[in-house]
Amino acid sequence: MSAHDHAESHGHAHGGAAHGSFKGYLIGFVLSVILTAIPFWLVMSGVIDNKQATAIVIMAFAVVQIVVHMVFFLHMNTASEGGWSMLALIFTLILVVIVLTGSLWVMYHLNANMMPGLHDMREMP
Amino acid sequence: MASSATTAGTGPVFHLEEEHAHAEGSSTMLGFWLYLMSDCLIFAMLFAAYGVLGGNYAAGPAPKDLFDLDLVAVNTTMLLLSSITYGFAMLTMDKGRVAATQAWLAVTGLFGLAFLSIELYEFAHMIHEGATPQRSAFLSSFFTLVGTHGLHVTFGIVWLVTLMTQVARFGLTEANRRRLMCLSMFWHFLDVVWIGVFTFVYLMGMLR
Repeated sequence: MSAHDHAESHGHAHGGAAHGSFKGYLIGFVLSVILTAIPFWLVMSGVIDNKQATAIVIMAFAVVQIVVHMVFFLHMNTASEGGWSMLALIFTLILVVIVLTGSLWVMYHLNANMMPGLHDMREMP
Repeated sequence: MASSATTAGTGPVFHLEEEHAHAEGSSTMLGFWLYLMSDCLIFAMLFAAYGVLGGNYAAGPAPKDLFDLDLVAVNTTMLLLSSITYGFAMLTMDKGRVAATQAWLAVTGLFGLAFLSIELYEFAHMIHEGATPQRSAFLSSFFTLVGTHGLHVTFGIVWLVTLMTQVARFGLTEANRRRLMCLSMFWHFLDVVWIGVFTFVYLMGMLR
């Protein structure tokens, strides 16, 4: 796909950002419709009895859909801007993962330790 | 020192070797991408806040009592459709067809407006039921996260109308193409954030 995009680009100063093709947008759209419809259907119909399993499945669908949008709509590839946009993306993703997992992990344990009954408050110093 | 060197002409002459000419706007796309990445961090913070506080209902309404997944599905469809129509606007822009580009941009704007209207209807409905941002930590973080996304869409629409006016007045000049490509990235980025919102907030909220 990227070779096709480069052949299509025409000397304008668009800094290496590819525009995509009609086919690319269509594939991306169809994929994202499917990847949206399935999680909605899973939750609305409750086919999977286990809620935790449903949550994991819909999160997996979200991750795949985000990648689809990145590739087909935002035209991310390792070559655009000489690799700098991919580097910035990877850096951001690392920060996002640290922020999200760190917050959820720490706050979950904080909540668990603050549960009434878990500790007797009279024993507190 | 430097001034005496240039006036006398006999002393050393300093050249700024690193300073070579850049084509105007050649770094705009990367710069805008970096802005989007910082915006991504803002949303990561809001998602983290929602993830931490999303279960604190303060004996108030829970996601199950408030969310209407049919409405969210329609909303998601609007945003997805606006994403592909913006893609078509980009493709017609590549071919230099002003009228078709403007038409696709207008369609994109209408889908964006539809998304916003549905979201505002949902908010109004929730607030009418007493589920205001002040009600619980869950609702505070919900309104902040979803509201920030909605605010981004609002500014996207303002930007879209501005660019349509620009294109109508000056045509598809190189500067206007560049601006349209920035807005394209912004628009698709908002769609990516919405994937996180409907999965993490709405769908997982219904599973709680």
